[in-house]
Amino acid sequence: MIEHAPILQIIIPLLAAPLAVLSGRRDIAWLIAMLATTASFLLSVHLFSIVHMLGVSITYELGNWPAPIGIVYVIDAANAYVMPVISGIAVVMTYAARTLVEQEIDPRDQTLFYTAWLLTIAGMMGQVATGDAFNIFVFLEISSLSAYALVAMGAGRDRRALPAAFNYLIMGTLGATFYVIGLGLLYMLTGTLNLADLAARLPMIGDTHTGFAALCFIALGLFLKMALFPLHFWLVPAYSTAPSAVSALMAATATKVSVYVLIRLLFGVFGVDFPGMLDVVAVVLLGLGLIGAFAGTIAAIMETDLKRLFAQSSIAQLGYMAIGLGLGTKAGVTAALIHLFNHALMKGALFLAIGALVAQLGTVTLASIRGIGRQAPMTSAALLFGGLALLGVPMTAGFISKVYLISAQIDGQAYIVAGLTVISSALALVYVWKIVEALYMHERPARAVKVTESPAQWLGAWILVAATIYFGVQAETVVAAASQAAGALISGVQ
Amino acid sequence: MDLDNLIIGLLTLPLVAAAGTLLLGHYENLRDGFSVATGLVTAWMAFQLFAAVQDGMTTSVVIAQLTPSLALGFSPEPLGALFALVAGSLWPLATLYSVGYMRGAHEKNHTRFFFFYAIAIHAAMGIALADGLFTLFIFYEILTFSTYPLVTHKGNADSLRSGRIYLGILVSTSIAFLFLAIFATWTLTGSQNFVLGGFLADHLDPRYAPILLGLFAFGIGKAALMPIHRWLPAAMVAPTPVSALLHAVAVVKAGVFSIVKIVIYVFGTDYLLQTGASTWLIWIACFTILVGSFVAMSKSNLKARLAYSTISQLSYIVLGAAIATPLAVQGASVHILMHAAGKITLFFCAGAIYVAHHLSDLKDMDGLGRRMPITFACFALGALSIIGIPPLGGSWTKLMLMLGALEADVMAVVFVLMLSSLLSLYYLGQPVLRGFFAKAPDGDESYAEAPLTMVIPLAVTALASIALFFYVDYFIPSFDIPALDGVLP
Repeated sequence: MIEHAPILQIIIPLLAAPLAVLSGRRDIAWLIAMLATTASFLLSVHLFSIVHMLGVSITYELGNWPAPIGIVYVIDAANAYVMPVISGIAVVMTYAARTLVEQEIDPRDQTLFYTAWLLTIAGMMGQVATGDAFNIFVFLEISSLSAYALVAMGAGRDRRALPAAFNYLIMGTLGATFYVIGLGLLYMLTGTLNLADLAARLPMIGDTHTGFAALCFIALGLFLKMALFPLHFWLVPAYSTAPSAVSALMAATATKVSVYVLIRLLFGVFGVDFPGMLDVVAVVLLGLGLIGAFAGTIAAIMETDLKRLFAQSSIAQLGYMAIGLGLGTKAGVTAALIHLFNHALMKGALFLAIGALVAQLGTVTLASIRGIGRQAPMTSAALLFGGLALLGVPMTAGFISKVYLISAQIDGQAYIVAGLTVISSALALVYVWKIVEALYMHERPARAVKVTESPAQWLGAWILVAATIYFGVQAETVVAAASQAAGALISGVQ
Repeated sequence: MDLDNLIIGLLTLPLVAAAGTLLLGHYENLRDGFSVATGLVTAWMAFQLFAAVQDGMTTSVVIAQLTPSLALGFSPEPLGALFALVAGSLWPLATLYSVGYMRGAHEKNHTRFFFFYAIAIHAAMGIALADGLFTLFIFYEILTFSTYPLVTHKGNADSLRSGRIYLGILVSTSIAFLFLAIFATWTLTGSQNFVLGGFLADHLDPRYAPILLGLFAFGIGKAALMPIHRWLPAAMVAPTPVSALLHAVAVVKAGVFSIVKIVIYVFGTDYLLQTGASTWLIWIACFTILVGSFVAMSKSNLKARLAYSTISQLSYIVLGAAIATPLAVQGASVHILMHAAGKITLFFCAGAIYVAHHLSDLKDMDGLGRRMPITFACFALGALSIIGIPPLGGSWTKLMLMLGALEADVMAVVFVLMLSSLLSLYYLGQPVLRGFFAKAPDGDESYAEAPLTMVIPLAVTALASIALFFYVDYFIPSFDIPALDGVLP
């Protein structure tokens, strides 16, 4: 049974999805989701330990059809690193979703919610695990379509969720379409959709316009999905109006999966030697990443709605990952992968903490959280620590990210980029501190709602906060795994 | 006790005090007594460590391996042990003083106050004992964040605004400049661990050395070099014990200590002397010394005056590091101690005056010295030490700095130091003279000192300034900088 782990970690949540709706009861649906994500997490950890301890990669042929005829799943150092991140976050989010869903979703829709929830998770896991470019598209659509539905479920609390979901749908479909167009061109050139085959054949086609066009379409499609500046406008409304559990799950994982797929295709399939790769795509990534880092930070400074604020900050953080990739070096990819993990932890914690407040405060704004530091100490402290991590304060995971990103830049002699990166990250102090001041430095206005909290509400956020601190002090495993992952991706070129 | 345990003890005792403060929050006397007791043990351990390190012992402790190439490690050396001694031994006194102040001035939230006070000392210890640039940076940032709640303790609009200036300047300079400088060093040399005599020499083109030094000097905002000194006067909105221990001792000394440490243990004084990379810093420091003094003269709020005096005095230490001759560097190192003892006395006195009479402006203090003779006498001692008059500790360091400047052949610096002494004679002498000899406006001459918990600490630190004059030998860090030809006392 365990040898089927590569597919089981996807199939289990996928099959649990219809079970959740068939169960008909929301607590059973939640239990199913919890069991499915936990199983998926354990399997991905199992695969991670095999791949990273033994230094091997596992190839799993679906239905025993060998590549390139059948679809294969290849678990190597790179996706073995990303999958536990996705499935682990999914477990914490599913746990936390229980209270959040009860508060925010119409009881009749709750089983459907868990169905869509499981489909999104299965789709994300599938994109990461598969070794087939078209299969990536299939899972991309599975996760995206269910994510549109999840965002739209925010309409019960905030009608703006509907236009947000619609926008998200349009932009997401555009991205997926671009990706498929690029894929079609590649198929025309090489006659294969298997990633390893593609990587082997692409160098042979040489410098063609078709090849370059395919690269551009695929990159553009994924830029849209990962919300790279200036293609990020769908993200902020979608994250801020979605149900809190959905915002938390998506902020922590959704764009990360697209980042992974982008790395896999750009570095693992096209390779840094592909014509136009370093001088066009990498430069675009670097430039847009830098602009995004500033634009996202400045936009976050302007926001007063906390969900929007942290969504804007996600744009900046994705910018940092893009900068790492744009360096086009192993160190840069390593830095991006480290930040992918760390950012998932801290953004997940922040959005869960906000989620704990949504039911009581309605829209969580700087004004509505004034002085809750004493009334809801654990939730406030989760926001404080999450914010400090975002800022890159030492002893948090954010510091490790920053160390590796800056050292990759200096290593690549991108001194000006390094300078701009530190300046933009110092600017983050402004929006983080606006929140800290609101939480702690003001008295709660007399007429404001009294906020309460219970462990069920803050435990999820605190699991992630604890992880943020743990991986800020003991980052060896993460760094080693990310470095191996980057090695696997970059050496996939040959 | 062996050295490893001393290091662990110095780092954890403040945390123990912090935890104890939280747990004992409801029992005021027990809570504050526990803090003072922990502080005394810390002070004793700091003395042990300093004595051992002066004898040439050293060790290396790794607490955590952050990443494969970065560890959170500690390794004591004479300079760091001296700073740990300063912070550790003044902490229990300042805590005792804080008890009197916080109760006397009716401040709220005592538990929170003592909690962050202890965390700040923990951070200062981490800075003092750090074995490399990264560990130093980590504790530098912890120190900034842990002192923010102390600066904004009052919680009113004014303290919030000051808090923003405080955090904004300290965090942004450290992220933008210091972080980058550490990385540049790490990338150039592949190393970030402190080595006596420095490790940059073979890796850094002397043309770029001034730039790197600049990144360090202005990245360490806590050293309050002009023009990034604004946070220090802003921080004066904090309760006086915070100003006393943190903004005259731990925080600002952490800044100048870091600069001296980087000069000796990263650049190496020889390298700086040969390349002249630090010459420009001499003039920035001189500028800060003089302008700080002039501004201090213009302030009539006692704490604001002391704040600018601190800015001016901190630059003595930066100046010594920038001159980089052996005498100047040793003068700078010992000045960390001398100025700490002097300035904490002055702040203690300012707080005592505030608690006893609710006065903070000099204009209102005429004749007050006759009502608070101990406080004003101690103020006079602290002032004389800072001005640099024997038999008080500060006179030695000023002499050493002057001799160091002569050694380096920069006569102008000697004049700057003399002028600065004259200016400080004016702005620190004036409060004493008005206190003792001016006529009190209401003619009240009755004895009215602050509570004993405040008077004892300030008397101890004032007397310490005298003792330091006679025992200065003991405190001169024993690093083997060559070419010291017995010029010392």
